[in-house]
Amino acid sequence: MVCLALLAVLAPVIAPWDPNRPDVKKILDAPSGVHPLGTDQLGRDVLSRMFYGARVSLAVGFVSVGIASLIGIVLGATAGYHGGVVDATIMRLVDLMLVFPRLFLLLAVLAFLRPSIWTIMAVIGLTGWMGVARLVRAEFLALKEREFVVWSESIGASAFRIVWRHILPNAMAPVLVAMTLGIPAAILTESGLSFLGLGVQPPHASWGNILNEGKDAIEIGWWLSVYPGLAILVTVLSYNLFGEGIRDALDPRLRQSAGRIVTRR
Amino acid sequence: MFLYALRRLLLAIPLLIGITFISFLVIHLAPGTPGEIQTGDLSIQSDKEIQKLLIELYDLDKPLHVQYGKWLTRIVRLDFGKSFSPDARPVLQKIGERLPVTLLLNIVEMLIIVVLAVPIGVGSATRQYSMFDKVTTVFVFVGFATPDFWLALLLMILFGVQLGWLPISGLRSLNWEYLSFWQQQWDFAGHLLLPILVATFGGLAGFSRYMRQSMLEVVRQDYIQSARAKGLPERVVIGKHALRNAMLPIVTVLGLSLPGLIGGSIIVESIFAIPGMGQLMVQAVFERDYPVIMGNLVIVSTLTLVANLLADVTYSFVDPRIRVGARRGRR
Repeated sequence: MVCLALLAVLAPVIAPWDPNRPDVKKILDAPSGVHPLGTDQLGRDVLSRMFYGARVSLAVGFVSVGIASLIGIVLGATAGYHGGVVDATIMRLVDLMLVFPRLFLLLAVLAFLRPSIWTIMAVIGLTGWMGVARLVRAEFLALKEREFVVWSESIGASAFRIVWRHILPNAMAPVLVAMTLGIPAAILTESGLSFLGLGVQPPHASWGNILNEGKDAIEIGWWLSVYPGLAILVTVLSYNLFGEGIRDALDPRLRQSAGRIVTRR
Repeated sequence: MFLYALRRLLLAIPLLIGITFISFLVIHLAPGTPGEIQTGDLSIQSDKEIQKLLIELYDLDKPLHVQYGKWLTRIVRLDFGKSFSPDARPVLQKIGERLPVTLLLNIVEMLIIVVLAVPIGVGSATRQYSMFDKVTTVFVFVGFATPDFWLALLLMILFGVQLGWLPISGLRSLNWEYLSFWQQQWDFAGHLLLPILVATFGGLAGFSRYMRQSMLEVVRQDYIQSARAKGLPERVVIGKHALRNAMLPIVTVLGLSLPGLIGGSIIVESIFAIPGMGQLMVQAVFERDYPVIMGNLVIVSTLTLVANLLADVTYSFVDPRIRVGARRGRR
């Protein structure tokens, strides 16, 4: 995973070719010593495009999860701390958002906006906060009854201070795990959208849109379809394993929870 | 039982209204004034025309509450307007002819997932840390990380292009009309095989993992101990006492995972060129066919809501504890 991040950051340095420079003499060349992963329909080097694609995919993953976590934490904390009507309202909103098949909602929103990396990040973030909100709320519900919170209330600490300084830090462990597991999910969503041609727009490279271009050359250029997908697979797999690892490290009790689909024992 | 179903139904009504409201908000997402939609180069009509059509269709020149009121009354009558594309057919008709394919695909996928995931989950739970368990664990992690569209491409390359065994797009072969009835069915099944394989892959991983988890928890319960203690054969203990209880949470998860599965049909349908709702949605987005997009969004989420409702009611049917708990005021 660290390697992946390094590759993404260092893309301009290590990429052997300019990712956007077409070369008419080398259209759809098979992988060779010069172009390790071959070239695409415009004669661009696939390996270099994949390095640059890594930047886009990772950036979208991190930023959209950041947005989603922020919304999720604020709403979850508000719901969990206040309870009552506020809680009920926010949780109904969560239920509501969960009813929408996410891809349909994403496509509908994107139809009204001009697709760019930023809108993709925003839109993925805005439709992915429900899980975090639920987690934070559950933690808050449990934590706000604990002695240290009651104690700070009794000495007159402000609600903001209690939430920010006392409850939130204690509630962060599961959120951190959810965030780590959210990044690969966001990467998958982004590459899916880009694959449909509605995500990151060419000439910017993204793993999804390299695959999209590869689809058109499926009968000749298998390397266009195989490698970017492999990159997504490896990235998502490593983040998932990392997330599971953090989960085990942070809180062994979480391993017992049946709430998540993947739980390693 | 009936009361519980009624209760769930009542709870679903605000959600239904919420669906219409969120969809309404989506129309207003465009930057600037609502009518000023940024159209891409792909649109058939000019920006101005689309803008005029949109303002007319959704009354965007009226105050917000009037707009929403009109939108709501139209949805209640299932009137989504006419498509912006040249054929200008009613949206409902367009969606109606594509709905059966998507439903068929999703129902078949769901059945396959359950039928395969349950034995896999049980197998790996009862033989925890065995070879079988380890292999399925690897499969689960790979399954989670595999982009479905990539898997689709690989399968197309392998079976469609390299081996030439299976068709890679559409639902029918070109010579469909000249085939006998059984050949037609065979042809149809062949066209569906790859899409269904792709769509079930990810879900299968999730479900078998969940089944394993659920089973592991159940076999530690006291009543399993007592079933063993009274000398029942292991087959009965696992197959009857444990399995029934372990299946319970699966019903809920099935309901919860529905939106994901249906969303997945967007990708699968557009790759394999299957004329379903997902493909319609993608086409509509490219053509900026807003009435179709909005109609699709509302109908798909309403269907998901209904399916969730069914899952909830089924759950209460198979697990009496839920009904009793609900009556006591616990949700």
